Amino acid sequence: MQLLVIQRILGLLMMVFSSTLLPPIVTGLIYQDGAVLPFVEAFVLTLVSGFLLYLPVYQHKKELRLRDGFLVVVLFWTVLGVAGGLPIYLSGIYEISATDAIFESISGITTTGATVIVGIDQMPHSLLLYRQELQWLGGMGIIVLAVAVLPMLGVGGMQLFRAETPGPVKDTKLTPRITETAKALWYIYLGLTIACCLAYWAAGMSLFDAVSHSFSTVAIGGFSTHDASIGYFDSTAIQFIAIVFMLLSGINFAIHFIAIRNRSLQPYQRDAEFRTYVLVLSVVSVITIGYLQFNHTFDSTTESIIEGLFQVVSIGTTTGFTTAEYYSWPGFLPVMLLYVSFIGGCSGSTGGGIKVIRILLLVKQGVRELQRLVHPNAQIAVKIGKKVMPEKVIEAVWGFFAAYFAISALMILLLMATGLNQETAFSAVAACLNNLGPGLGDVGRNFAYINDPAKWILCLAMLLGRLEIFTLLVLITPAFWKK
Amino acid sequence: MNIIILGAGQVGSTVATQLSKEESNELTVIDINQQILSDLQDHLDLRTICGNGSYPGLLEDAGADDADMIIALTNSDEINMIACQVAASIFHTPTKIARIRSPEYLRRPGLFAENSIPVDYIISPESLVTEYIYHLIEHPNALQVLDFADGRAQLVAVKAYHDGLMVGRALRTMNEVVPGVDMRVAAIFREGESIQPSADCVIEVDDEVFLFAAREHIPIVISEMRKLEKPNKRIMLAGGGNIGGQLAAMMEKDFQVKVIEANPARARELSATLNSTIVLLGDAANPDLLVEENIESMDVFCALTNDDEANILSSMLAKRMGAKKVMSLINRAAYVDLVESGLIDIAISPHQVTIGALLAHIRRGDVVAVHALRRGSAEAIEAIAHGDRASSRVVGRAIEDIKLPAGARISAIVRGEQVIIAHHDTVIESEDHVILFLTDKKKIKAVEKLFQVGITYF
Repeated sequence: MQLLVIQRILGLLMMVFSSTLLPPIVTGLIYQDGAVLPFVEAFVLTLVSGFLLYLPVYQHKKELRLRDGFLVVVLFWTVLGVAGGLPIYLSGIYEISATDAIFESISGITTTGATVIVGIDQMPHSLLLYRQELQWLGGMGIIVLAVAVLPMLGVGGMQLFRAETPGPVKDTKLTPRITETAKALWYIYLGLTIACCLAYWAAGMSLFDAVSHSFSTVAIGGFSTHDASIGYFDSTAIQFIAIVFMLLSGINFAIHFIAIRNRSLQPYQRDAEFRTYVLVLSVVSVITIGYLQFNHTFDSTTESIIEGLFQVVSIGTTTGFTTAEYYSWPGFLPVMLLYVSFIGGCSGSTGGGIKVIRILLLVKQGVRELQRLVHPNAQIAVKIGKKVMPEKVIEAVWGFFAAYFAISALMILLLMATGLNQETAFSAVAACLNNLGPGLGDVGRNFAYINDPAKWILCLAMLLGRLEIFTLLVLITPAFWKK
Repeated sequence: MNIIILGAGQVGSTVATQLSKEESNELTVIDINQQILSDLQDHLDLRTICGNGSYPGLLEDAGADDADMIIALTNSDEINMIACQVAASIFHTPTKIARIRSPEYLRRPGLFAENSIPVDYIISPESLVTEYIYHLIEHPNALQVLDFADGRAQLVAVKAYHDGLMVGRALRTMNEVVPGVDMRVAAIFREGESIQPSADCVIEVDDEVFLFAAREHIPIVISEMRKLEKPNKRIMLAGGGNIGGQLAAMMEKDFQVKVIEANPARARELSATLNSTIVLLGDAANPDLLVEENIESMDVFCALTNDDEANILSSMLAKRMGAKKVMSLINRAAYVDLVESGLIDIAISPHQVTIGALLAHIRRGDVVAVHALRRGSAEAIEAIAHGDRASSRVVGRAIEDIKLPAGARISAIVRGEQVIIAHHDTVIESEDHVILFLTDKKKIKAVEKLFQVGITYF
């Protein structure tokens, strides 16, 4: 472990990311909302502490090793998650507690979108934009951004990149140089955000709302500037725009990259993960709409279709926008939607959950086991598209799957021990671990009324979910710390 | 530059390591072994793709459409040739370099042309290494001998001994010690660190000194650092593979050569192609065999098998049993540092030899030769100056007026047949071959730029 090198990079990253507090300051100045001071304080605090970390060790320039990468990424997400709560806490809005401020910040940066604040509509603009910005930064990944803007990370950048990118296969680069890959990803991300923003604006949102919601839509976050989320706008056009951009952001960005470079839609069609992603969402949509219609939850068929589709995409991609009170929908629907959020987005997207590719691999592996029972001597390769998946990847996926469920089971028990009921505990863990946002029961509308220990457990769940468990889990293994 | 490298074997990995250090290069490495690729990916900032590199589909995935160069370095000549053909026919890649090992292909110069097999440059590591070893045997006192301007000027690395004329004296006294011989100390390495060869610099025992001079002056130049040894006569080669076989064929006219080969079939083949060389069937690490073949009277014992460990051990054994000088082919860089100048007299690193030849094609400007010194920590570059005072940054200027990047030095100029050792007032003319030394490889771009001609030239 090269602790001094890690300290240097951490200090550097903090200094760079203190600049993300500037847009809220500008917003605050424009709207004269009286919440500029906390941001200035937080900006100075982050910058100075980053500088103090960096200064004593600024000469320790060495390549990061694999292990250092894990530690930097985890430390950075934790430190930034906590430091991100600073302006919210300093603003003193609704006499927010430190726990709540940190929960809100981590929920933002992990793109979960679970909120503890009630009365969002009355909040100052600077604070509103800040919450959305946190989601936007967390969506593509702050480390990926760091790699794009800090070329000096070198090969070390690859180590960081790998520890942060979601998905089972992490070695695929879009371009030979890691910095270029990171830049390409951010350009696509930026492009989607701008397109989304313009579409919202054209559909009738105010410019501020359009920018804010484009941040949380493309990041698959789910924060809104209104308590009623997207439902506030009561506009079919806006719902459709949200559906389109949530869908797009849930696709592997590498496919977007290839499609843009080749100027063709073929890469989408050829990608097995994308096909599965669409298939899952379509089937679930059909079931949902059918069941809503069958139970006459909505007055008209059109309404069932729109609300059903919107909610399925929002929860299936783990965004977590709401228009209707989905947690009070009839029968199995709310729980089924939560299950879908476990599948989540595609690998290499901004979505959360287990990721479509892993589910696809698990299913194929399951089918292989069945085939082996029939043909004990058969050699069967697990293929995605036309490519054979290495056994190592399949093993890793099983390991991930097991860890994911072990962790969620453990957390449900812990939450119940703090006094939450079963429905609330289950849905809260699912909502946080999958980086979804809204749950069921007591956390259906927001997370304001659960106890503090539960919030801390859920903070951990959100980080575990965003960093795909192993990156964080590896830090608590003794082998990691052995020299 | 956007470069595709085929084959991540020993040569491929070294090339990738070197090239990825230069920031302007974007590398994609193709190999059929995922394990090697993963290792490479862990340590270098490049993209890897697993599969057969001569397939058009795979090349397309590797970005052949906008690649500037393809370097085919797999161990199969045929795959390398086909890959270049595919790159040329389908992707119109501007520069194609292929590694060709078999002398059968190399003997027909017409084979590699635009309308037959479109390979622009051929790299033959085995031939390069063979030539390199041949130079070393030719000059018994040198650690490294490099040719510039088709051999008109040479660079030798010599280890300073007590009995050298210059040892213990400052460089400024060089002209008094050997009057009339123009030469230049290009670099000095002391305990592995490069030190600036200023006029006051005193040469110490065990310094590794890089000297530059015209070819005919090389023996005198060497004598400044150490007493000249007798020329080599009796050579024993352990390992009769590609390199061993070629080397024996090259040397058998002037030296007494013995080759030890363990594989009976290969030994028979060697005995058929070689004339005066004695081919021995057996294990080079067998002391009885060595004794029987008079190892104690050998001038040079050269271990040339594919196996680093076997080479090192058999060389050590030969040394212990009385061979005067032992050389060993060592692929792993870590081993080279470990054994050179202690247990083994000269460690030959095939990659460093190959990479130099390759780098010459990759450098911009009119660069003719690039040689890596001291396992790549420094580079010697031969570039041709074109244009006139207006269009070029070097032509028509005295050396002291040229804005060289820090760590770079002009050592000599070859003008026609004449080798001119550079002094501060030497003026460079058009078409001069300028020989530079670079201790900081990050400055390589600046040097390339220096030798590129302004647009007005064309």
